[in-house]
Amino acid sequence: MNWVAWKMLNGDIAKYLGAVFGVAFGVLLITQQASIFIGLMSRTANPLRDVREASVWVTDRHQQNADEIEPISDGAVHRIRGVEGMDWAVRLYKGVARARRPDGIFRQVILLGVDDHSFVGAPRTILMGDLADLRRPSAVFIDKAGHESLWPGEPLRLGREIEMSERRAVIVGICETSAPFQSFPVVVATYSQATQFIARERKQLSFVVGAPVAGVTPAEACRRIKAATGFEALTYDQFVWQTINYYIANTGIPVNFGITIVLGFIVGAAIAGQTFYLFTLENLRHFGALKAMGVNNRRLIGMVLLQAAVIGAIGYSLGVGMAVAFFEVSGRVLPDLRGMNIPWQVAFGTAGVVVAIITFASLMSLRRVLLLEPAVVFRG
Amino acid sequence: MPTALDTPVPDSPGPRPAVGVACRAIAKEFGSGETRTRVLHGIDVDIGCGALTLLIGPSGCGKTTLISIIAGLLDPTAGDVTLFGTPQSQLRGNRRVDFRARNVGFVFQQYNLLPSLTAAENVAVPLLVARQPRKRAIEQAAGVLDAVGLGSRLKAFPNQLSGGQQQRVAIARALVHEPRLLVCDEPTAALDSSSGQTVMELLKSVAVHPDRTVIVVTHDSRVLQFGDRLLEMADGQIVLDTVPSSHP
Repeated sequence: MNWVAWKMLNGDIAKYLGAVFGVAFGVLLITQQASIFIGLMSRTANPLRDVREASVWVTDRHQQNADEIEPISDGAVHRIRGVEGMDWAVRLYKGVARARRPDGIFRQVILLGVDDHSFVGAPRTILMGDLADLRRPSAVFIDKAGHESLWPGEPLRLGREIEMSERRAVIVGICETSAPFQSFPVVVATYSQATQFIARERKQLSFVVGAPVAGVTPAEACRRIKAATGFEALTYDQFVWQTINYYIANTGIPVNFGITIVLGFIVGAAIAGQTFYLFTLENLRHFGALKAMGVNNRRLIGMVLLQAAVIGAIGYSLGVGMAVAFFEVSGRVLPDLRGMNIPWQVAFGTAGVVVAIITFASLMSLRRVLLLEPAVVFRG
Repeated sequence: MPTALDTPVPDSPGPRPAVGVACRAIAKEFGSGETRTRVLHGIDVDIGCGALTLLIGPSGCGKTTLISIIAGLLDPTAGDVTLFGTPQSQLRGNRRVDFRARNVGFVFQQYNLLPSLTAAENVAVPLLVARQPRKRAIEQAAGVLDAVGLGSRLKAFPNQLSGGQQQRVAIARALVHEPRLLVCDEPTAALDSSSGQTVMELLKSVAVHPDRTVIVVTHDSRVLQFGDRLLEMADGQIVLDTVPSSHP
């Protein structure tokens, strides 16, 4: 009888497609919005992810995230290096500067200052130039998206000049970085150079990053640093989640995305549920005839569930497919969405939502089928 | 007015046909309290095999309710129906459904063919209900369709068939699993005179079988000639049990 159920479903192509696209549209909304939300939240921690060598992050004890920074004194790095169990520790600057082109066009940029000697924190993917050139006077790297933002429509080229805090900087390299939360260009310099590009403050050091010796866990190293120096010391994972949780708790982003995701669920459930219910309703006399011919309720439930499962599976595949296509295309043409993808958790979660939608639609329909008197077939 | 009790079925020459359907004191009420309505009032009737029995009467007289009870689609409020020696009151739930699937065939006024299945696939449905493999079921269905004169329309969908052809497909579907009871509800009501005649001739020639009871509910006076026996109902009772006057 499953074959009959399948044929019945295919027989009413308009309703079949209506229900399938109801699910697909809901899945697209939920998957796309949930993925963008997770992608955005994940971006808040991207500055940390780009410093892969460091498992220990030291900063001011009132620090709440990776973007709002209370500088600490430059000498802090020596104190951290002196803590027992630390293998190495270097300085890392992160701040915001204004980069101005010679013709006056400017953009706010994220300025990173990496350790002059080890280049810990420097970008890994170099598109043009040589990292060693960062040691040249006034030298900076800029990320590709930043170059496109500052010089839109122009080819990537080294040797361009920008001005930050009335100091000339020369672009000696173009790199790829993880997309930052603020979608500003990322400019990378050595620590000593970067601190020249900003207004002078007594304390300038954003973070001390490092790693413990073998046999000491990052968590243990952090505990020792806190005890010895009074600074906030966090493991990489702790700092990532502290930053993400800060943005979740202190911005309207989760609420806005949450509303869209709920709307996706409601729209999907309403369209798919209603269409599938109407489909069952219109086939009620056929279900009645099947009942009269000896199809018991268990087999009828199986038929309705099979029809619902087919709609759910195809709708889910279409919806996720459309979401994948969206991220594939948008990642190439919209720099703001680069690096966004569908986490497997979202794909699984959406599958769960589809099961809920389909269960809802089936229950609405099954009620009518199960309560149907087979004698209804004699009522014309 | 004569009733079923005082108008016995005349003996036909030869051995008396076996009783397929035995109704005893069948009563049916719908609703409750002040809205309770008694639709059938203690019907007693035996319907034999090997004959085509017509059930006629005005709208609302209880014909549909009676055949629904006989076919096991409705429970009577009182009384019992015995189908081929099996009291229906002894069958409950899935056992009754299985009994119906094996022993009862239906022809509906509106055909009730599944629009997305071909003629052969529609006819195969009762065999699929009996869990026969699909390929074999469709092959068997093709044979029955051939017998009702639609061997060339096996792959036609219902909307590609005329009303008369659809009803022939429905008859093939009702017979494909060789049921012992065939219940037809107004099989000619949606057909023109010519198609109606064809359908009744078909029922008479293909459906009537020494081991099968055939009951046809009809309003259509043009088909009375095809009946071997005529049961007329009024106000929930059988008021006439006779041989149609035009019966050969």
